[in-house]
This record gives sequence, C-alpha cells and structure tokens, in this order.
Amino acid sequence: MTIDFGHPDRPNSYIGKTVPRPNAPRLVQGRGEYVDDMVLPRMLHVAFVRSPFAHARITGIDAAEAKAVPGVVRIFTGAEVAEVCTPWVGVLAHLQGLKSPPEYAIAVDRACWVGEPVAAVVATSRAAAEEGAALVEVDYDVLPVVADMMTALDDDTPVLHADLGDNLAFRRVNEQGDVDAAMAGAHKVVTAHFTTARHTGVTPEPRSILADWNPADERMTVWHSTQAPHMMQTALATHLDIAESRVRVICGDVGGSYGIKVHVYPDEVATAAIARIMGRPVKFIADRLESFSTDIHARDHEIEAKIAVDAEGRILAMDVDDWTAIGAYSVYPRTSAMEGNQVVNLCGGPYDFEHYRARTSVVFQNKTPTCQYRAVGHPIAVAITEGLVDMAAAELGMDPVEIRRRNLYADDAYPVTSPAKMRFEGLSHHKSLDLLLDLMDYDGLRAEQAELREKGVYRGIGIASFIELTNPSPFMYGIGGARISAQDGCTVRMDPDGSIVALSGVTEQGQGTEAMLSQVVAEGVGVAPGQVHVITGDTQVTPYGGGTWASRGAGIGGEAALRAARALRDSILEVAGAMLQSDAAGLDIRDGEVVDAKSGEARMPLEELGRIVYFRGDTLPQGLPRELVQTRHYITSEYPFAFTNGVQASYVEVDTDTGNVRLLKHWCVEDCGRIINPMLVDEQIRGGIVQGLGGALFEEIHYDEDGQLLNGSMADYLVPMAAEMPDMVIGHVETPTKESSLGAKGAGEAGTAGAPAAVMNAINDALRPMGAQVTHMPFTPERVLRALGTLKD
Amino acid sequence: MKASVAGYIRANDVAHAVRLLASADGMGRVLAGGQSLVAAMNMRLSTGDMLVDISRLTELEGVTEEDGRLRIGALTRHAEIGRNPLIQTHAPLLAEAAGHIAHAAIRNRGTIGGALAHADPAAEFPACILCLNAVLHVTGPDGSRDIAAGDFFHGLFETALEEGEILTAISLPKAEPGEVQVVEEMARRAGDYALAGLCVTRRRAGYRIAAFSVGPRPILATGAMQALDAGDLDAAVANLAEEIEPASDTQASAAYRRHLAGVLLRRAALRIEGEAQ
Repeated sequence: MTIDFGHPDRPNSYIGKTVPRPNAPRLVQGRGEYVDDMVLPRMLHVAFVRSPFAHARITGIDAAEAKAVPGVVRIFTGAEVAEVCTPWVGVLAHLQGLKSPPEYAIAVDRACWVGEPVAAVVATSRAAAEEGAALVEVDYDVLPVVADMMTALDDDTPVLHADLGDNLAFRRVNEQGDVDAAMAGAHKVVTAHFTTARHTGVTPEPRSILADWNPADERMTVWHSTQAPHMMQTALATHLDIAESRVRVICGDVGGSYGIKVHVYPDEVATAAIARIMGRPVKFIADRLESFSTDIHARDHEIEAKIAVDAEGRILAMDVDDWTAIGAYSVYPRTSAMEGNQVVNLCGGPYDFEHYRARTSVVFQNKTPTCQYRAVGHPIAVAITEGLVDMAAAELGMDPVEIRRRNLYADDAYPVTSPAKMRFEGLSHHKSLDLLLDLMDYDGLRAEQAELREKGVYRGIGIASFIELTNPSPFMYGIGGARISAQDGCTVRMDPDGSIVALSGVTEQGQGTEAMLSQVVAEGVGVAPGQVHVITGDTQVTPYGGGTWASRGAGIGGEAALRAARALRDSILEVAGAMLQSDAAGLDIRDGEVVDAKSGEARMPLEELGRIVYFRGDTLPQGLPRELVQTRHYITSEYPFAFTNGVQASYVEVDTDTGNVRLLKHWCVEDCGRIINPMLVDEQIRGGIVQGLGGALFEEIHYDEDGQLLNGSMADYLVPMAAEMPDMVIGHVETPTKESSLGAKGAGEAGTAGAPAAVMNAINDALRPMGAQVTHMPFTPERVLRALGTLKD
Repeated sequence: MKASVAGYIRANDVAHAVRLLASADGMGRVLAGGQSLVAAMNMRLSTGDMLVDISRLTELEGVTEEDGRLRIGALTRHAEIGRNPLIQTHAPLLAEAAGHIAHAAIRNRGTIGGALAHADPAAEFPACILCLNAVLHVTGPDGSRDIAAGDFFHGLFETALEEGEILTAISLPKAEPGEVQVVEEMARRAGDYALAGLCVTRRRAGYRIAAFSVGPRPILATGAMQALDAGDLDAAVANLAEEIEPASDTQASAAYRRHLAGVLLRRAALRIEGEAQ
C-alpha cells in the first residue's frame, strides 16, 4: 500500500514531479467549456433589476413598459419566485448565537443592500433582458441605512432586522489563561489598531449558471461555475422542493474561484427557480458590475490588539478585539461568521505562549454580504500577530528575526495545542525561517538597507510567519448541520485499452486539481499521467464529495485518489496473477505494463489484460474477481484540521515624498506537507502572494455613508497587476501529515495568508527612523504620507 | 452589460462623416479607436448612439511636417505617437506621454483625436497639447476651422467642438533647439490614470506647465510658469497648488493630489536641469 517517497527514482515516481497539466492545451487553445459557452434549445436569459438603495421598502413594481420590449418573455417579482423557492437562513448550530433573517432569492418587500435583486426579466437574449430591466419601475420608500461597522451596535443606530432584536450577528470570545494579569506584569505592552479593507475575489470568469427543468422526467440539470457541485445540488433541491436525486449539477471549466464561487447566491437560485417555473433553460451570467456589487465581499475588519512581552522578548499574552461587518445577511450555507471565527482561532498561531484572549464581533449593515474568500481570516490574523510582534521587537530594540526565534514553536514541540486551542500535528517554523533567511541573504539585505538609508533611500524588510488551516474535518461545517461534505471520494477504473479514468469529487477551477489527480493516480496504478483521464464536477457521475475549498483538493481528494488507484492496482494484479499463473505479490505495474516486481521484466501490457478481461472473460478462472474499478473515500479523523506553516519576507522601497511603496522582492518558504507537483505548488504560492499583495497595497471596496458602492469597475477597484509585482523566490520544507499515506496538507492559500503582513512590516521597517507606522490596509500613497505627517488637512 | 446602440455606419470620407452626423438628430457619436466610447456604451453610460465610424479614414492618420510645424492626424494611434521619429524629434513630450497611457492593447487602438475630443481631464494628451500650444483642426457642416488648445477644453468631457464637428488633426510648433519637454506623473499602477500629472517644457521664451488629473480640465499653470521663469521653484510649487483644482475620490484626496503636484513639479524641474546639461 505504501509508497516509498524517499526514493525519487522509484518506478512511476510522478508524485513530487512537475508534470504537464492535462487541461492546459484545451484552455489555451480556446477550447474550454465554460457555462456561457453552453447553448441549449429554447434557452432564455435572465437579467436582474437590482436595488439602487442600500435599504428601502419596495412599495410597487410596474413592469408594463418592460413587457413591451421585443424579446422580453416574462418578468418575475420576489413574491412570484417565492412561490416555488423557500428562503434560507445562513446559520450553523456550532457557531453559537449566530443569527440571520430569512433571505429570499429575490427581495420580496425590502431591499437591504445596493445590488440586491428586486425583480427578474427573462428574455430571448441578455441584451433584451437588460433593456427590459432598465424599464421596470420599482417604487421604493427609502429606509435608514446602517453603514458604519463600529457604531452598528449603538443605541441610536437603527436595527436592521427588527425580529432579531439588534445588529449583532455573532460574537465569540476565545480565551485561555489570565490575560489581564499577564499584561499587568509584563515588561512591555504594545497596542495597535489595524484595519483590513473590504475586498472581493474578482474571478476572471464571472459567476455563471444555466438551469434547465425538464417537467417530463421531473429533473433539473444545472451547469454551474462552482467549487462545490454537491453542496449546490443540496441547496437547489432543498429550496426548490425537488428530491436531491433529481437535481444534477455539472461544473465544467471554471475561470477562477478564490472562494467566491462556494456560496449560495440569490440571483443564481432565482435563475433555477425561474427555469423550474417556465420549464425552459435559463442562463444567468454576472457582468463585471454585478460581480463587484453582488459577489461576496470579505476582510472588512477593524481590530484593536495588544501584545505583552518580557524583557527577553518572550511573548506573555495577546489580547485581540476584532470587529467585522458582514452586510445584511449571513451568507448561506457556510455563514458569514466564519471569517471572524477564524481570526479568533488563528491569532498568535505560530507562537508558544500562554495567555490569550480574542473576541470577534460580527455585525449587520446595509452592504453586500461578506463571506469566505481565499485564506479566510488568515491575512487578518497574520497581520495582527506579525504586526504586533514587530512592534514589540522595536520596543525592545530587538531584531525582528530574533524575537521570532525566541517565540516560535520549537520544531520538536509537536503535537501541541496552541493557546487558541488549535491542535498542531507537526510544523516547521524554525526550519522554514532558517531557509528563508538563507534565500534572502538577510544580513546582506540589512547591510544594503543601512547603506541606502545614508543616501536618503528608505527601504524596509518585513517578515511574517504564519500558519494555515487546511483539510477541514466535519468540525468545520458538518457538526453545525450543513450538508457540506468533509470527506471526498474517487473512482478509478481501467478501460479495455489499458487507459485509466479517474472520477473525483474535488473540482478544478484553473489551479491544476486535475493535473494533481492525474499524477497521483498515475503513480498509484503504475501508468504515465497522460494515460489517466480525470473527470470532475458532475454530481451524477463523480463520487460524492465536498469540492474544492480550504486547500483540501490535494490533501483530501488526492488521498482518496491515491487509495482508489492503489486498490485498482491490486485488482489488476490479481487478474494478472491468474493470467500469468504468478503470485500477484510478485508482480508490479510500471509504465502501463505488468512486470515482475523484482527484475522489472515485462510480463504483459495493460492493454492485453484489458482485452482478455473485457472481451475474453471466458478464458479466466470462474470466480476470479474482475472488477477493474475501485472507489475509495477519505476523511481526516485525528485532527479537526491539518495545519501548514511558512514564513514570508518582503523588501520594499518607500518614496517618502509621494508615499508610494515599491515592492522590490518577495520570498516565501512554506511547508504544505508532501509536494505532489512542485510547479503547481509554486504557482499556487505565487498567485496567493499576488492576491495578498493586492490586499496590502491596492484593493479596497469603497462605500459612502448611504451604503452606495463607489467603485464597481476594474478601473476603480485596483487588482494587483504584473508591472507592480516583485520577483518572488519560493522555498519549501516538507513535513507530511501522518494522517494520510500521501501526506499532502494543501497549498492554495498560504501565499495570501502571509503576504499583507510581510509588506506591512516592511513598510514600517522603512518608516521607523521617521517614527511613522501604517496599520490601515491598503497602504495607499496617501495613507503612507499621512503616517509621515506630510499632509496636514 | 450589453451596449444599447441605435445605429452604426462606416463613413467613406470626412465629408460623408459630417453628413452622417448632421442627419443623426443629435445622437451622432464619432467612433474612432473606441477605447473610451465602447467602454462607456458597455456600461450603458451612453445609450441610443448613432455611431459614425471614422476609423478607416486613412487620410486622418499619420504625422507630417507642414510649414515648419508638425501635423498629427486625428486617427494617429497612441502606439504610433510613441514611436514616430518625427514626434520623438520634434514633440518628445507626446512620445513620452504615450508610454504612460494604459496598456499596449489600448495604445494600439486609441487615437490622439479621440483622446482630445473625449477630453478626460485625467488623460495625458489634452494636457500635452495645451502645454505645446497646439492648434486643433476641425471640420463641420459649416466648413473647417481652427481652435487653439487653450480655447478647446471647457470642462469635464466638454470641449469647443460644436454639434456635428469632427476633429481631423492637430498641429503644433516643433521643439526649438535646446528645448526640454518632460512628463511627470504618478499612478497607483502602471497604466492607470494618474493621481496627478504635469507636462513641463522649457524653451527660450520660458516654461510652460500643463497639469492633468487635478481639475475638471487640463490646467495651464501660468503662475507656476512665471515663478519658474523667475527661477523660484518654491514659489512655483506654491503657485501651482493655488492654480489647480483637484477633487477627492476613492484613490486620493484633493489634499494629496495638491501635494503630489508640487512633488512632481520639483522632479520635473530637476529633470529639465539634468537634461539641459
């Protein structure tokens, strides 16, 4: 069963090597199949009339003019859709106290954020539907708006949902030890106020759905750009009152997701409901403005935090007060409390200390709902932790590396439980830090920095250690009552020509899941990766699974694939043993051929074995098992989550006249456990870093005090672009998880987790001689200048 | 979003285009490179347009020397402006500015005439031609006329072009020997509209400074010019701050832009000193 990963020259050694991505030629040749490429007979398009107000009562809808537009077929109000579609409530039982009101696919009598759907126009083309939507007249009574996070709970702030009593959606305190006593007796206590801006994911392919209800066989087929087809199957079945078995969700090519496409969106459910009512296929493709105003937002946090250290720089305590505002509803079914919950679980994560208190307050407001986006909560927790650690080091006159060395969990400390009650199986903070310092030539860089400072050039070095939560068990969602699967499955079969087909419950969004699966299966069975055809994203075809999120594709989906592949190998060898009259244990499969395990001598190509099994089964012994197909499912059981770790460094130059920050170079050493495909891991780390750098310097969704979205285009919401990105050096330490035979922990979010903190620390390192400090992301030129005191008004 | 267009006709020549615009009942819109207009239509910021496509009128393209001046056809693309030897020699300001405009795909399509007629106050070219004291040549139902750059930009997306008129070319004096022309700007990302920008030239008669992205139109900073002529950089920075009218938006406040303009002026002055030596 086990693979000797210690020997890179072992037969079929594809795990650990860069192999080509099987879907890359198709995608770069423009032969991908995205939802918008699908055209069905009798298909209609839907466009949504969306609320222009952050909070308003809907008092009337007049669709007469819209109905007259050529091509417009039908117009739906919220009440009409609600007749076939029940509302949902985004709460989970284990997030105690979390509350949220019922949310309708289309607002019925009240709109609670700019962009919330209030009517739907169905037409023969998207253009006609938009033409109609522009002519639907909605009468609104404008209601008071809750826009500010920090005053959402004040007595004179209106309560957004009267039935809920107040604007507090969720609050949790995670406490260990005696924080107040530790703070009181500390050598130094450093306090800081951090903010992280509201972001969204900006997927290249917008949210897309095509739903078709076939009344003849009472089945719904949905083509959906999603990360979690089985979760969507449940959601649509539940709220449209269709048996789960009669809903099929197909997820073809997906143009990026980053967590944006793992939620239930009102307009997407409405599209399915309209298809159900009309008995015709209905397509909805979000445009870019709809993406900015209705894709989930994330990261909008304000934090007051303290760290206490002794004279030797040992961390004694951390105290974190985190606030976040999640919009008008908790998003279904994962909830909008999870991000704040992660913050209170992850602060202080890399460090061995005793006294910890972190509180998150999650409040409602009249803005686009927030929910899980790549590296949920991590960039916030890492910024708080690493920001405070650097500030403490500065107070003590200690080098930022030295204070980390004194506090990081020792590499032999595991297993260990952190003060935030996270259980770590095995991490490599010190080894990773050593490698990082080596890669960046830390001492040389410090010397260069000092030399340039003499010449009035302000450069800074920032370091950020981090942990990243991956491979969630049912402790994340399942115990809360959500039908979100933590297990995943893979079916691997051999066809007559000796080729292998693998069907997996994890999904591909462009990150290379299918490449990863192909090489795991190739090594597991003993064929070349090109001989493995991977199929994902179809609830009627693949084993039941959770899909791809929380960096679980390789760790969970990969392990299921490996186990299924090894089982198929055993089945093939059993048949081969009977055919060759040899002991199966003495045979192996290498490069698509059954061979003698000891000598490597070729005994029979798989193609020949396939010919006999499928066409001349009469020649095989009766009773010989000949199922050349195996399915295995995998779930973690010893730890609620796997944890990866790593450390990043940023080197920046601050223009103290303009406040502009130039990213000079970035380093990351991470430990994602077993590396299956080095190039894919490096790409994931780099892509993640870029998203983190976007948060540090560029990305910010702006609202005015009336809850109006101010920047809904790519011209105004600044995503990181190639010209501003630094060279990145990626290094690896491998500490495989012992929970699985594969040992992979996941690599999709580590880059995003640590990058903003590294940049913040680098900027503050550059500014420190001038007594300035920034903690308000993104670090725009203006915020840097204001920190320097250059601007007076 | 899908654009909502009332009609589209490709013009055969300038006279044809003028006739088409005259018959469009005020809904005529000239389509040249389409890099601003098409984006606006796709956001439904402009609907019901009757598009008159002049993009294939080759007589409106190219750069020539005429009566000792430089003549630039309205359809000359940004990319051509950036690499044209006549422009590099006689109007290096425009060549440098072209490098700041958006990204290669946009520079390959966008036209200088389109940029000037669109009159985005954050764009480089309007400020460039103001700085270079260019003349704009337009043709309309009543014939052709010339408009000085100083009279052309009225306000946010507003120009001296009358209904039915088409901008056909600009002409400008060649740089004199020893003249230095520089663009200084800062944007959040390469290719973004600048947070603030300055075009500065120094010729025998003195400095000219045109500021962009700091008001509803490109601004000729005469006070700063006079101070620079007098050799007082600090006064020039102070005067510039008085002369510009920046607004606050999601990228930066007016106060930041005002400060930045001063930084850019100091940098421009330093560069001009360096390049003149």
